[in-house]
Order: sequence, then C-alpha cells, then structure tokens
Amino acid sequence: MLAYLIRRLFAAAVMLVVIILVVFCIFFLVPKWAGVDIALNYVGKQAGPDAVEAVRQKLSLDDPVVVQAWEFIKGIFAGRTYASGGDVTNCSAPCFGYSFKTEQAVWPVLTERFPVTLALALGAAVLWLIFGLAAGVLSALKRGTLWDRGAMIVALAGVSLPIYFTGLLSLAIFSYGLGWINGEFVPLEDSLTGWLGGMILPWVTLAFLYAAMYARITRATMMEILGEDYIRTARAKGLREPVVIRKHAMRSTLTPLLTMLGMDLGALMGGAILTETTFSLPGLGQKVLDAIQNQDLPFILGVTLITSLAVLIANLVVDVLYAVIDPRVRLA
Amino acid sequence: MSDEAKAKAEDEAVTIPAQSDGSAGTATLTEGAARGETLLKVTGLQKHFPIKKGLLQRQVGAVRAVDGIDFEVRSGETLGVVGESGCGKSTMGRLITRLLEPTAGKVEFEGKDITHLGVGGMRPLRRDVQMIFQDPYSSLNPRHTIGTIVSAPFKLQGVEPEGGIKKEVQRLLSVVGLNPEHYNRYPHEFSGGQRQRIGIARALALNPKLVVADEPVSALDVSIQAQVVNLLDDLQQELGLTYVIIAHDLSVVRHVSDRIAVMYLGKIMELADRDLLYKSPMHPYTKALMSAVPIPDPARKAAKSERILLKGDVPSPISPPSGCRFHTRCWKATQICATTEPPLKELRPGQQVACHHPENFEDQAPQDVVLLSDAKEAAELVAEDALAESARTSAAVAAEVEAAETEAAQAEAPEAEGDTEAAEKAAESGKRSTESAKPTPESVKTAPEDGEKSTGTPKKSTGDAESTESAESAESADEEPPAKEK
Amino acid sequence: MTELSKSGAAVGEPTGTSAAPSAFLEVRDLKVHFPTDDGLVKSVDGLSFQLERGKTLGIVGESGSGKSVTSLGIMGLHTAGQYGKRKAQISGEIWLDGTELLSADPDHVRKLRGREMAMIFQDPLSALHPYYTIGQQIVEAYRIHHDVDKKTAKRRAVEMLDRVGIPQPDKRVDSYPHEFSGGMRQRAMIAMSLVNNPELLIADEPTTALDVTVQAQILDLIRDLQKEFGSAVIIITHDLGVVAELADDLLVMYGGRCVERGPAEKVFYEPRHPYTWGLLGSMPRLDRDQQERLIPVKGSPPSLINLPSGCAFNPRCPYADVPKDDVTRTVRPELTEVGSKHWAACHMSQEQRERIWTEEIAPKL
Repeated sequence: MLAYLIRRLFAAAVMLVVIILVVFCIFFLVPKWAGVDIALNYVGKQAGPDAVEAVRQKLSLDDPVVVQAWEFIKGIFAGRTYASGGDVTNCSAPCFGYSFKTEQAVWPVLTERFPVTLALALGAAVLWLIFGLAAGVLSALKRGTLWDRGAMIVALAGVSLPIYFTGLLSLAIFSYGLGWINGEFVPLEDSLTGWLGGMILPWVTLAFLYAAMYARITRATMMEILGEDYIRTARAKGLREPVVIRKHAMRSTLTPLLTMLGMDLGALMGGAILTETTFSLPGLGQKVLDAIQNQDLPFILGVTLITSLAVLIANLVVDVLYAVIDPRVRLA
Repeated sequence: MSDEAKAKAEDEAVTIPAQSDGSAGTATLTEGAARGETLLKVTGLQKHFPIKKGLLQRQVGAVRAVDGIDFEVRSGETLGVVGESGCGKSTMGRLITRLLEPTAGKVEFEGKDITHLGVGGMRPLRRDVQMIFQDPYSSLNPRHTIGTIVSAPFKLQGVEPEGGIKKEVQRLLSVVGLNPEHYNRYPHEFSGGQRQRIGIARALALNPKLVVADEPVSALDVSIQAQVVNLLDDLQQELGLTYVIIAHDLSVVRHVSDRIAVMYLGKIMELADRDLLYKSPMHPYTKALMSAVPIPDPARKAAKSERILLKGDVPSPISPPSGCRFHTRCWKATQICATTEPPLKELRPGQQVACHHPENFEDQAPQDVVLLSDAKEAAELVAEDALAESARTSAAVAAEVEAAETEAAQAEAPEAEGDTEAAEKAAESGKRSTESAKPTPESVKTAPEDGEKSTGTPKKSTGDAESTESAESAESADEEPPAKEK
Repeated sequence: MTELSKSGAAVGEPTGTSAAPSAFLEVRDLKVHFPTDDGLVKSVDGLSFQLERGKTLGIVGESGSGKSVTSLGIMGLHTAGQYGKRKAQISGEIWLDGTELLSADPDHVRKLRGREMAMIFQDPLSALHPYYTIGQQIVEAYRIHHDVDKKTAKRRAVEMLDRVGIPQPDKRVDSYPHEFSGGMRQRAMIAMSLVNNPELLIADEPTTALDVTVQAQILDLIRDLQKEFGSAVIIITHDLGVVAELADDLLVMYGGRCVERGPAEKVFYEPRHPYTWGLLGSMPRLDRDQQERLIPVKGSPPSLINLPSGCAFNPRCPYADVPKDDVTRTVRPELTEVGSKHWAACHMSQEQRERIWTEEIAPKL
C-alpha cells in the first residue's frame, strides 16, 4: 500500500513538471511561432520600442523556453525578481508570475479568489452526490416505472440545459420573483446566513447539472452490478435486500463515480466560469474571464497551473481511495 | 537484410503456384506432401510474454507460455493437444499459425521456415493454414452476413473460384451442413453450433492443408458437440485435411486424434499415438489427467480407488519449477526430477515421454530412489490401487527389459537379478547423491532439499511400506492440506 | 397440473395444495415463466421431483433446458435482480422439510436461504465479491443466521476453510478472491455455503469453469462433505460424467420439462427417452474402446418462447414417427412409470423403447 502511494506521488510529481513545460510552450512559444510579440502585448500598442525592449528583458523573454520554465518553477519556491535596468519588481515566495496588465502578482489574487470557488465546488459536490446517487439508485431499483422515467427525464433536462439558463431562471424565480433568497454574495466573515443565502442558488444550479450526469451513470452502473453473480451470492446467503444493495452493490457502484468525481472537482477548481458569472460570485472563474479578455497571459498561466495541480491532486486522492475500495488495484 | 531478401524470394516461390487456384491446390497437396509426410515441423519453439512494470516499463519477468517444444504434424493426420488452462496449448496454436511471433525456435511448414515471416510473407501461407476458434459468438463479425464472412478469404487472397464466389460459398455452406440459402443472414440468427459451422466453412474456403482448431467444441452443448466432431471427421476424410486440435477435454481429443501431445506448463510431457497414450500412458501427469476425467457410468462411483488426485494447482508459468516441471505435484518425483529436466525421448515406437520415472515402462533413473517430500505428500492423494498397479507394471517392465539386457550382453554391470538390483544401483549412486538411502523399507533418511528437511522412502520397494503409509494417510488426508500454495 | 398428478400420485401423495409431503424436498408442478418483449419464456414448465436427506439428485440438460432456473426457483432467487415491472411468474409447490416455500412469507424464505438451503455457483471468481476478503464473506454468511460476534464467526470461517482443504486457513482467511486460484476459490465458495450446515445444497455447474484435475478434487470434496454433513444435494450440470460420479437419482430436462427421471443406474443403463439416448450417444467416452462415430442429436435446442407443440423433442427425435396418428406433434407426453421409481415422457410404447434401446442404441455406445 505504501509502495503504491509512493509510486503514485512520484508519478504525480513527474506529471506536474511535464504540465508546466507544456503549458509554458503553449503560452510563450506558440505566440512566438505565430509571430505575435508577447512583450508588445504587455506594454500596449502605443509604447515605443524602448519600452517593449525593457519588458522583454524584464521578463527574460529572449531566454530559451526551458530556462524560462526553470525560472518560473524556481519562482514558485523561492520568489522572483523581475528587473530591467532600474525598474525592479518583486514577486515574493510562491510566485506564480506577475501580471503586468493589472500590476499585481498572480498568487495573491489566486488565494483571494480561490476560497469562493472551492466553497462553490465542494458545496455543489455534496448536493449532487446526495441527489445524483439517490436518484440513480432508486431509478435502477424501480426501472421501467413512472418514477424511473420521470427521474431520467429530469436528468436529461439537467444535462442539456445550460447553467446560465437554469441559473437565471432560479434567480428570477427565487430571488427576484418570490424574494425568498437574497441573490447577492456576502463574504463568510460578514454573515454566515448571508453567505449561505448567497451560495445556495449557485450550489443548486451547479449541482443540478452534475447530479443529472451522476444519476444517469449511477443508474447504469447499478443495473449492471445488480446482474453480477456476487450479488446473487449475497442474496443466496439470506441477506436482506437493502443490505445487499447497500453493502454489496453500492460499493461496486461507487468506483466509477469516484473517478468522475475526482476529475470534476479538479476541473471545477479552475473556476466554474458560467456559474460564477451568472451569480456574480467573486471566484476564480470570473477573474479568468477578465484575464482572457485582457490577454493577461501570466494570470491565465497561473490559473491553468493551479487547475492542473488540482486535477492532479484530485486524481491522486481518487487513486488512493480506489485502492482502499478495490483490493485488486493494490497489486497493479 | 539478406533474410528479408531471402524471405521475399521465398514468397515469390510460393506465390507462383498459388496463382492458380482450387485444383492446383490439391495437386500440390498430392505432390508436395503425400500422406504421412511431415507437413509441419516445430523445433525448440518458445514464446515468452514479457511482464513489464513501473513507469519505465522495465521487463521484470516473463510468462513462459511455450517453453521449448518439438513436434511434427504429418500430412493427413490429426494431432490432438491437451492440457489444463495455462499450459500454453492455445499459445502454441497461435504460434504455428503465426498469429504470434515466436520468441525462439523454428516453425517449418512443408519444409519452408516460416518462423519469422512478416504479414506479407505469411499471406500466401494463410491459404494453406487456417484456424478455427473456440467462441462461435465472438469470432464472427455481427455486422457481416454469412456470405460476406465466408467469402472474405477469397477476396483477401484475390482468388476467383470457378463459377464465382457466391456459388462457391454456397457450396461450402452445404458442405458444413448449413442451408446455402442462408447466405444473406447474420450471425445472430444462428445457434452456437451453426455458428461454429460457419467458422469451419470460412476456414475451409481456400482448401487449406492444415487446420488448427482451438477448442472447437468446448463452447457448445453436448448434443451439438457431437455434430461438430463428426463434421470435422467427415471433412478430414473427404478433403484430406490435416488437423491440429487443441482442447482440454480428453475424451473429445481421444475421439478425434491420431496422435496426442500432452502439455504442462509450456512443455510437452508426452507425445504418443492415441491408443498407446490411452492404454498405457507413461507420464505420471498423463495418467493423472486421464484418471481425473469423470466417467459417465454410475457403477464406477464406488471405484474411487482408481483416481489419482493431484495436489494443489498448476504452478505459475512465470517461474516454473526447476528440473521436471511436474515434480512439485508428482508422486514419483525424486532428486533428479528437481534438478534435471528429462528430455522428450521416444521410449517405445510411437511414444515420446519426458520423464525420469515413467509409468508402464522401465525407470529411466533407477539409481535415484529417494522420494521428494512433495512427492510423499502427493502420493497420499493417489489411490492405493493406482500406486500398487503402477509399481507392478513398472517392475514388470523393468524385469522384462532387465532380462532382455542380461541375455543379450554379458553384463559389465555387476547387477544381480530380482529385487536386490535396485538396492545395488542405489548404493552405487551413493557417491553422487550421498543422501540417497539403502532401499530397505525401514530406512527413512533425511535429504536436504531446498533447505527443507525431506524424508524419503526408497522408491522401488513400494510394496508393504508404501501401502500402509497411504492407508494411514487416507485417514489423515482430511486434516492434511492437499495443496501447497505459493 | 395433470403432469404433476401423475408423478405425485406415484408416491401416493394427494395432489391437494395443503398436504405436506413426507420427502425432505418435494417440488410439484413447478413453473417459472419470464415475460419478455418477444413473448413468455417458459424456462421451467411443470417440473416435479422429490429428494431425501443424504441423497444426491443430478439435474442434467443443455443450455436453456431450465435446469439453472429450477435451482433459482427453489432458492427463491428467480426474481432476484428483477426490479420494476415484468417479474418472473412462478407457480406450483416447493416443499422443504414440511414448509411450502412459494406461499410462505418471503422474509421467512429469506431466513431459510443460506441456513437451510445453500448454493454453489459455476464461476467462483464472479460469484465472490471482489472487494471483500474471503473471511469477511464467510463471516457475513454465518452472522446472518447466527447471533455471534465477529471473532467467533471468524474462527468458524477458518475452521470451514480448513475443512475444505485450504492450506494455512488462518492466513488465507484474510485473502481476497483474486488472490486465490480457481480451485481454491471454489473451495472457499463451498466453505461459505456450508458454514451454516444447510440441509439442502444446490451446486449449479460447480466444476464447469475448472480444469479436469481440479474438478476431480472438487467432486471428491463435495462427496466427502455430503457424507459428513448428511445434506441433500442437487447437482446441476451438462456433464453426464459429473452426475455419474455423484448422483443417486437423475433428472433429465429438455425445453423446461422433465423428460426422464429415475435412479442413476436406471437412467444410464436402461434409458427410456430418445433425448437421453442422444445425450449418451453424443459424448465420446474414455472408458470404452474408441467409438467409430458419435451419434449426435440432430438440430438445435428449442426456443423456450416457441416450444414445438406436442413433445418438445419431436423435431430432433429420430423416432418421432414411430407412434401413430402424429401424436408426437400434437399431444404433450406425460411422465409415465417405466420401471421402479423410473419415469419417462415419451409416446412410444414401453416395448418399442426397450427394443430400440437394446437393439439399436446400446450396441453403438
């Protein structure tokens, strides 16, 4: 088990380095090939050639990509100083780059925005797991009945309706129409109930989409598992049907869902852009949208790396959980 | 480079007669390989599947699926290959049809080395060598009609049979007992037995010389099995086919084969004419395998005494046992079995055996008499009658051979006759294996084996000592774990 | 119902629903039908038999003959895994030790499952849960029916593993199924099914997935255990060799119905149904001299949705035209007694069948 864990950690570390290199290539090399001057982009179109050259030096854009990537990685651990002549900008320890558009280091912005995104994703995940699994299992057990068909139609709707539609609809009904919920975001430090009030609609909206997907997968997996020989064995032992479902069928159903959950949570760490924009949540997603519009490369780079890291960690956790659930994995 | 050129040259050589079709095919059969001539020759054939591990995919070992086998298939005969799962019989089938690339060794078809021919080089040979697979459900493409499936070989080989492909396919369908009008139906419309017939029709399309059938009937119901077995029989008679039939069912193999190879852990243990093999098997494994087959005769329910139960499971082919691969489960295994691999020798005309202590024949290593501890455990599971009988026949054969030898040659070996002979031999061999004991029934010496203490009783003197022992063990067998797990 | 009365009457039992039989297990006119889109699949269609404690019944048939569904029906598992609409329909009577199972409270039947009647399945790898250790699974089976703590149950599990011949049972108890070999898994499966000392053990193709040498070990084990536990055993297989090893009585199924039933010796030596002849003629035998040719049954097994009218075997039967008036194609034959405790369902007269068997079939086997 420990060897398995170490192997996985090692693989994750290697993967991270590869990701940084690839991302670097995409963000710095591709524009170069395409004939776009990154430095020009930083200083704005009106700036003179001197200013462009200064930025180029400051960002060491003339260095080979590998060196730039190395500088970047070093910056994450040791901090980094951007200098061009007398113009010196400091970016302290976990330096994920410095945005010259907004004149801010990327990391503090990430840390400021990240908790909102995390809260959104985790809260929604709890909701979608509860409702998705419950609906999926019930559908599988009552297949062919009215309940099954109803649930699957709702699930189909959930999968196909875009977030900005369901989000705006829920805002229109519950916030503007009925006035039950204050649709504004309130920081947690200010008021717990206010925060909850602000988060509940985003949670439900996001969870609706995912719950629908999870319900469909759960139903399909559950139906398959219920046909397995070992379920028949469990019944032949004289187990009560609820125990058969809970102890024997559910555990097997969980494995594919776990994989999905890891990927989904990881991906959401980069910001649930649509949800956050629809509900004006100050999460990463909104900031990403701004950054893309402003062509703020360092920030996009930072967010991309953070997201990759989150996906990696989520996968690592899933792998470990997998090994806990399925003893056969430990051998591989 | 030169190999490639050679292969190419050979390709052409083969392609030229292949251009003419049908009738020419049978012509080559009669002139190229007359009945009884060697059609396929396999020497030292090996297939190791590497096991890779870790990020860098280092090779950490290999599954030695086929590990050095030699045999021949003669034109017009049926060679049966039996063995338990994991013995490498299916891999062997895929090697001789060159669906797999051998790790080492040589496969010759009609005298031509086909061991390392590439896809292109094999193409002309694909006409002559065909395969029938086990699962009639997954070996036919569900989206193709029967007509398309059976005519595929013609199209692939660019052969236009007389009267057109469709007519030929319909003829083939009727040959295998299907309605030619089912030409446009899909596989799912047929039952398992009919699908296997379709597979056979496809294999026969190009008039092959050799048909390799891997478990052709094991997925079928009993009553259907018989239909397919009979069909294979008839086709062989009519078309002069040569078969290699791979199966785990010993009764089916006996029914269809002329000669039979018994495989265990990637090796051939015994290769013999059918009747010799079934009437007087020489390898203990063959004997055990045959005694394990349940006989459909309730009167034999009580006749449990004939059964030889093998202990435990087949060892892993990743690290097969040293020496004779069967020694860990054999009730006759001695020191030499653990250290020296017995060669596959023709002990009797038409019967090749790889064993130091064969059944029904003279002992090949009579000086080695100390049973391994594993063998003693194994012997506990062998029915007394079987043990006694084996001792009797071996002794009888040995005496016979001994008598013949002493008569013929004025023995330089100072061997006495009768029972003491074994004793002397053992004493003689004392210098090689110090632990071997004097074959008095009482003497129980310890032999260091793999760091384990092992007690040995002399092999030849099975008589009283052994049978009382197995009587005891019959009682204790319940507590005794019959297997030694790794 | 009519067929049932025949066989029921043979034991001298009235056919009324309420009368408890004297036999340990008695099945009367069992029918298990599955509704599907294509029609009603009559997997079992009127099956009756009895079984005493300490005896073994072999049920023989090809795929789709209804032999496995019969065992699931007895265990009350025929609807298991079927949720929502379209459940299997079952009718008839199953008496186990004086209790009629089909009319009993389902929860009562559940409690009998695993304790009074247990089952071994064909493929032990898929029949054991891959995520739980062998020990956990045996402990669970024991604790459903015994109010003991986990420690006691685990001791019992080790004891059972030891009994079925698993080496180092105290260590292997914590292994997972995938860490066992095929034969060991089937041993573990047997240990699990016997942990509650059931009086009825149903083995559904227990050795089909195993190699022949392992099969010999497992059959040996089942035989020994039956002697020790004195349970009634139903062994379901397509292999006549396996039943010959174990069974006292034999029941041959074809198309969801019983075509021949009787003591094993009778069915093997004096079979009185053409399908049984076909089965015997189809298999190559190691204990005889080489047969020139096998005598197969022509055609394929019938569809259970559209059974041939009359005798279900008539399209494949070489003797279908022996009885007069096309009766084989119009009238379903009843089981009739052809010897002591020996029944067969065939329209041919006793004499005709005896003659065909002794003159035409037996010499060719």
